[in-house]
Parts: sequence; structure tokens; C-alpha cells
Amino acid sequence: MSERLRVTTEAPALRRGVIGAAGGRWARLVLAPLVRGFAQALAKGPGAALASLAAPEARAAIRLTLLVAAITVPLGAVFGLAAAWWLTRFEFRGKALLISLIDLPFSVSPVVAGLALVLLFGANSSLGGWLVGQGVPVIFALPGVVLATLFVTFPFVARALIPVMVEQGRAEEEAALTLGAGGWRVFFTVTLPKIRGALLAGVLLANARAMGEFGAVAVVSGKIRGQTATVPITIEMLYNEYLTVAAFALAAVLTALALLTLLAKTLLDRAGHGAGLSGH
Amino acid sequence: MARSFIQPSPMPGLGLSAGITLAMLALVVLAPIGALLVQGASLGAEGLWAEVNRPRVWAALGLSFRLAALAAAVNLGLGLVLAWALERYDFPGRRLLDAAVDLPFALPTAVAGIALTALYAPSGAFGALAARLGGRIAYTEAGIFLALLFVGLPFVTRTVQPVVAEIDRELEEASATLGAGRLTTLRRVIWPMLMPAALTGFALALARGVGEYGSVIFIAGNLPMQTEIAPLLIVIKLEEFDDAGAAAIGVAMLAISFVMLLAINLLQVWSRRRMGDV
Repeated sequence: MSERLRVTTEAPALRRGVIGAAGGRWARLVLAPLVRGFAQALAKGPGAALASLAAPEARAAIRLTLLVAAITVPLGAVFGLAAAWWLTRFEFRGKALLISLIDLPFSVSPVVAGLALVLLFGANSSLGGWLVGQGVPVIFALPGVVLATLFVTFPFVARALIPVMVEQGRAEEEAALTLGAGGWRVFFTVTLPKIRGALLAGVLLANARAMGEFGAVAVVSGKIRGQTATVPITIEMLYNEYLTVAAFALAAVLTALALLTLLAKTLLDRAGHGAGLSGH
Repeated sequence: MARSFIQPSPMPGLGLSAGITLAMLALVVLAPIGALLVQGASLGAEGLWAEVNRPRVWAALGLSFRLAALAAAVNLGLGLVLAWALERYDFPGRRLLDAAVDLPFALPTAVAGIALTALYAPSGAFGALAARLGGRIAYTEAGIFLALLFVGLPFVTRTVQPVVAEIDRELEEASATLGAGRLTTLRRVIWPMLMPAALTGFALALARGVGEYGSVIFIAGNLPMQTEIAPLLIVIKLEEFDDAGAAAIGVAMLAISFVMLLAINLLQVWSRRRMGDV
């Protein structure tokens, strides 16, 4: 080892100790529960796990979760694109405040978010009472689940896009404008190709969170089987009924989704379109 | 006029992008949080205090904030070590571990909750080990702590890692040539550079831990006054149709979180000013 390296690192024994300690702690804390979860799902063989996924309750939950993600992820992407465009293409006062407000869902407990939605749209509130009278209940119904999911996934796409768009600047868009391109043409042919990677990363993360959200949805959904019980809510109900294989089989599906999300995110990072998973 | 706030720009789409942003922000985030604050305000200071000043509420708030702070502190140390090892050391599986650090972010909390419980309950491998040693993890404070450790693990690692990557090794060499031992260099040269990012990660992990629900309730036992976290108490109050009680706890959580995050921000400003911005 060269002298240069030796003064800027630790003794080899210490290095090995640190790697072992950090890696070991991580394996015990994160990896072990994951392995145990898959083992529980397969405790009665793969047939039993697959059969429990085909049960009507599980199928309804999967359909609902897919529907909620299909509504919320595109809406979140439109919001993220609009917010990032506004924040990075224009100069105005109050940007810091606006960014703090967009980030707010990251620092609010999902349960408090659900509570806030119940207070606004619940049958006891004036707005909620009126909506129930119109035949469009929000709380204990699909709109509530959608709003709760939108709340917790709100910052993801904007957070992924803003740093990338700040770095890229607006010179290319300005050049396209001087050459006579219209606004939408500039967006679709100049901006969008440059931010595709970051947009995809943000959408992936928002999707993983949308399909996995528990706390906020638990509060607003009312946990009605076959109607407002998403996959995570159904996992809780099955688990509390001691239907362990069924609960862990559904959990394994979500775990596989999380692993796929991580894999895609890692590949995007390696291709150079990163975005912090935490959104920060 | 709003125009005076906005500098003129040839860019198109100002009205559309600002309109979509503000409309969705108002509907999805500001209106519900506003409704919570209005509900809290309608109780008045005395009403809020009466709802919060109950032994069961204090116990839940104390438990949530105490364990979240403890877990964030442990994650601060573990995250610093992980970030350092991932950036500075070469070892088999480094890239895999680097990718997998984010797993707690991607994994749904309910899934993490039942998996941790299966492992740490007396019937699970680690739970059985603890039982043989005469201890219990699941359904005690230790279980809640473990769940919060799990969900908070990536925050410090991910905020510190890019800063470690940016460190100029010549600073360490200069420190070494001036006669500093490795430990002194780490403490006096490296740590001041990492501290603001580490504090950011700590604050994020703390905020997450205070509000965490899904991964905790399965392993917590949920006994009032003992292992009942504040978010669970909000859910229970809502199930009892006690909107005022739930709103009071929600407002208290927001207020305490706000004060803590403000304090951490001030600490960051102070450390930047003292150590110089890096």
C-alpha cells in the first residue's frame, strides 16, 4: 500500500472490523426479517401461498391497490412536472417556502395526514356532510384512499426532478424558443428527453410508496373488505386473524415489488439519472 | 399584484405550471392540514391542554418521541459507519449493500412490521434466542425501538454518503503531515465536514420515527401507558369518534416535531458558521 493511501485510511484490521460490524448489523436488522417473511409465506408450500393469493379477498385488494396507484401516480407525476417547471424555469419570491410546503408530507406522520383528511372530509365536517348528501362520500370510500395516497406520495416526483432541472439550466429551452418552437413543443422535444431518467426514478418511488402505504390509508379507508381494503390493509386483517400464510404471501408480493423498484432504481443510478430515494 | 413577485421570463407555461402546482398543493396538502389546525384552534388553548394533559396521552407522546430520538441517535452512528465503509472501503458485496441500504424506504411498513414481529416474537429465531437469555423483544419497548431502527436506517447513510465522496483527501494528508494521528484527523477534520449532513439525516430519521405507524403496531404490543405509540392513540380516538381528542394529539405532534426540527436547523446553522461551510 502506498504511503499516500496509508495516511488517509484506517488500519486494515480496523477496516475489516468496521465492515463486519456495519454489514452484520444491517443483515440482522434488514435482511433477516425479509428472509423470515418469505419463509413464512412458504411455510405450507408454494401451493398454499398461491392459493391464498387467488382468494377473492386478496384479488379484490390487489385490484384496488393497482387502481389507486393508477390514479395517484400519474396525478403525482403531473404535479411534480408542473412544480419542477415552475420552480426551475422562473424566478420568483417565496421559492423556499413553496419547497418547504411541497416537502411537508415527508415530515408529517401518515396517521396525522389521515386524521387531517377525516377532519376535512369526514361525515362530521360541513364539507364532508355535504359531500355525503351529494352521494360522493370521501372518507371510508375510494376518494379518501386516493387522497391519502396522493398526500404521502406528493413530494416524490418534484423532489426527483428539481435538482436535475436546476443543474441543466434553461439555455436549451431558450434556444428552442428563439428558433420559434411553441411551449409544448419545447417541453416535449427539449425538456422531457433530458429529464426522462429522473422522472422515471421519481415515478418508481412514488409507485412503491402508493402501493405500500399503510398508516394514512388505515385511517381514511374504514377497512371495508372488497371495497376499501388495499393490499397492506388486507395484510393487517389477515395477520390479525392468524391467517399467517395468506398474510405473508401478500407481503411477499409487495416485497418483490420493493426489490424490483430497488433494482430499477439502481440501474437508473448507474446510468447516471439518480434521485435520492428519500427524496432529499 | 403577483407580477411584482415574479421576474419577467420568456419561458412559456408560467400560468399553467403555477396553477397546477398551487391548486394541487392546496387540495391535497394545505386544505387537510388547515382543517386539522382549525379544529385544534377551535378547541382553544385550554381545550387543547385538557385533551393532551392526560396520563395516557402523555405516556404515548413520551414513548413516541423518546424512542424515535433514541433510534435516530443509534442510526446516526450506524449510518456514519455505513456511509464511511461504503464510500472508502472496498469489500466483496459493497455494491450490493450500497443498493440494499435503501430497502427500508422501498419496503411497505406493514410488511416490515409483520416480518420483524415474526423474527423477534418468542416463536421467531431471534425472539427465541432472547427468551433463552431471559429477555423479550417483541411486544415491549425494545420491539418498538427495533422497528424504528429499521425504518430510520437509510436516512443518515444517504445524507452523509455524498459528503464523504466529496471530501478532498489532501485535507487528510495535510492533517497527517502536521502530525495528527488518524483519530485526531477523523475527529477534528472529517467530523466537522460531515456534521451538517449527519444532523439532516438525524432530523429526517427522527421525524419519520415519531410518526411511524405501520412497522411499529405489529411488534409493539399496544398496551396503554406502556407500549402505545402516539399515532396509534390517534387511530383509537378516531375509532371512538373522539375527533377533538384525536385532533389535539395531532396538533401536539406537529408542534413538538416543528420545535425539534427548528432546534436541529439552528444547530446546523451554528455548526456551519463555526466550522465554515463545506
